[in-house]
Amino acid sequence: MIAELGAFCCCLALALSLAQGVLGLAASNKQARAAATAAVAQSASVACFAAFACLVAEFVRSDFSVAVVAENSHVDKPLLYKIAGTWGNHEGSMLLWCMVSTLFGAALASNRGRQRISLWSRAVGIQGLVSAGALIYTLFLSNPFARLDPAPINGAGLNPLLQDPALAAHPPMLYLGYVGMSVPFSLALAALIEGRADRAWAEALRPWTLAAWTCLTLGIALGSYWAYYELGWGGWWFWDPVENASFMPWLGACALVHSAIVTERRGSLASWTILLAIMGFGLALLGTFLVRSGVLTSVHAFAVDPRRGIAVLVLLALALGSGFGLYAWRAPKLGAPAGFDPISREGMLIWNNFGLSIAAGVVLIGTLYPLIVEAAGGGLISVGPPFFNLTVAPIMALLFVALPFGPMLTWRIGDFGAALARLAPAGVLALATLGATLALCNWRAVPAIGLGLGVWLILGGVIYIVARLRRGEGRALAKLAVLPLSVWSMTLAHIGAGVLTVGAIAETQFRAERAVALAPGESVDFANRRITLMGVGEVDGPNYVATRARLRVEHGDDVEALSAEKRFYSTSPMPTTEVGILSGLDGDLYVALGEPVRDGGAAWAVRLYLNPLVQCIFGGALMMALGGLLSLIALLRRRAGAP
Amino acid sequence: MSLVALIVAGAAAATLGPAQEARAQGLEMEIRCVECQNEPIAQSTADIAADMRDLVRERVAAGDSDDQIRAFFRRRYGDFVLFRPPWDGRTWLLWASPLLLALIGAGAVAASLKRRPGELLSPEDDER
Repeated sequence: MIAELGAFCCCLALALSLAQGVLGLAASNKQARAAATAAVAQSASVACFAAFACLVAEFVRSDFSVAVVAENSHVDKPLLYKIAGTWGNHEGSMLLWCMVSTLFGAALASNRGRQRISLWSRAVGIQGLVSAGALIYTLFLSNPFARLDPAPINGAGLNPLLQDPALAAHPPMLYLGYVGMSVPFSLALAALIEGRADRAWAEALRPWTLAAWTCLTLGIALGSYWAYYELGWGGWWFWDPVENASFMPWLGACALVHSAIVTERRGSLASWTILLAIMGFGLALLGTFLVRSGVLTSVHAFAVDPRRGIAVLVLLALALGSGFGLYAWRAPKLGAPAGFDPISREGMLIWNNFGLSIAAGVVLIGTLYPLIVEAAGGGLISVGPPFFNLTVAPIMALLFVALPFGPMLTWRIGDFGAALARLAPAGVLALATLGATLALCNWRAVPAIGLGLGVWLILGGVIYIVARLRRGEGRALAKLAVLPLSVWSMTLAHIGAGVLTVGAIAETQFRAERAVALAPGESVDFANRRITLMGVGEVDGPNYVATRARLRVEHGDDVEALSAEKRFYSTSPMPTTEVGILSGLDGDLYVALGEPVRDGGAAWAVRLYLNPLVQCIFGGALMMALGGLLSLIALLRRRAGAP
Repeated sequence: MSLVALIVAGAAAATLGPAQEARAQGLEMEIRCVECQNEPIAQSTADIAADMRDLVRERVAAGDSDDQIRAFFRRRYGDFVLFRPPWDGRTWLLWASPLLLALIGAGAVAASLKRRPGELLSPEDDER
């Protein structure tokens, strides 16, 4: 009954979304019709929310007569993972996509801000059509409410790898980001239909791009952190096609966050901002296509169904076709932008967009290239980490060289000499870091340049804050308290990029790794630590049995206990690893338990890693996300305070 | 099982010096496991990946250069096995893509920068 109610709500949401689309697009300047559009958008979100709640309820109740519940849940699963199981599968995650899309549509409909009615109601209408497209796909090609007859006694269980708190939060975060990019898309198309994109329009755009970027940052960081501690070899980024599928929209959103600032503050770059909004959503849809179609072989692609792939491709073609078509037709009508000097705040933001767009383009080409070669009859090739590290990393490095100059320059015409003079201490220390690393690491260029850039970004951020405090009259301490939140948030995000760079370079360039066989009581010396295997025993979990190794780690005068597990789930043939991680100032000691070795299992294979400064990677990403969140708060607070 | 294989192989195969070890580890990250999905042999748990790791170590110990080892794997398993695509008629466009995109972008930026700036704003303006 609950499933049927859910399916009904889903159909209702589809009908309401279509109505929202037609009404919104048809609305001229009539206040009443716009109000009706908003009401329909809100109803659609309520209906879709109800549908999603029904699916969650079916998962919580373990109703195995519903096919997705039977395929992805199990009575013994902890409650948190029963709920997370709702979006841990193809059908449920598509319904989540729809729900987020309708909720965003309702939020857009509820806040007109200073936008003109016609533009705003058209944006709400386009958002309705986006939701309708996703709902059609969900209902007709991946119905989450399909029943099974006869119902099985128990479910097949969630993939054990996914039974994890970080992975419970990872998909919703990414989807908030992906779908968040649909709102700038709707606003961009509405602006094109209107034939104008003014500062009020950019003002409406900015919070959405910031929110989408923040969610994507958090979602990617969570996924990366999960890969680090769950997959058992300490890797956190592998340029996997599905990782790229989330990285491309992130790069697009990052560029959009910056270009929207120029459009809002200076009224220029409007046509580029519109194009970027269309491409950003295109990349988000492409990401969904790549993951959902299984066209790229990857561990993530859990829905391998060509019909679904074709359907997403059709939706992608519709969205991009209408977007680029409208752009080609209407963009020339947009007003001429205000001019500016290459050395200025705008100029730096253009360089930012230049670099981020090229990086996104290279990731896109690299991800799709094997498919293109195969389709052209060139056989199978692989494009992996060596390609992306060789191409994307230098682009990002150049971007980072320019980054600290951006905030230092004024709008329209900047004084490069003055900015350079202020940044000189950061530059000197960055070069010193570079030189010292070169001398200490056998003249290896990659760690030297990477660490130098990290120092440059971090100190560049600090110097910007100091420069802001020196400006104007009064005591520095008093000014510290009144420094705008937007200054702090931007600086935090930029310093976060530096911290992430330091962590990424340290971890990839200086990690130590060793595989040993240990019998209980035996010790090994590794990375200035003495590690002793105390014992190995069996432990029962809620829906698994684990083999747990207890270890003792002596590091200087510190003695700490550590455990590493292999978990065997009754629902899965492959065991999962639960590594032991001991974070110290110099990095993480990371221990993975292997198989028994020697005759009769007297000893165990243990793999040891020292991952230097690895927490800087996730800490840096968290700083960036926090910077995005604070920027969003600053933006909304300023709007609320403004008349 | 791979861990066992690794340890056993490590004991059996000729021990590598630190420089050779670093090279072997680098190559193991670049060579794709032929059995599992999208994993380098360094991280794969499949038996075939363990055999491939042994092969890398054998070649390194025998004094082959990185390029020779890549070519060896390419002959044996095909282009698919290399995460670093070779430069040839099919892939030059891939390798040239960053430069081509940069040229296109530079053209677009140059076109938009032609307009001259007007009056200068005060520095305080960017606080808003």
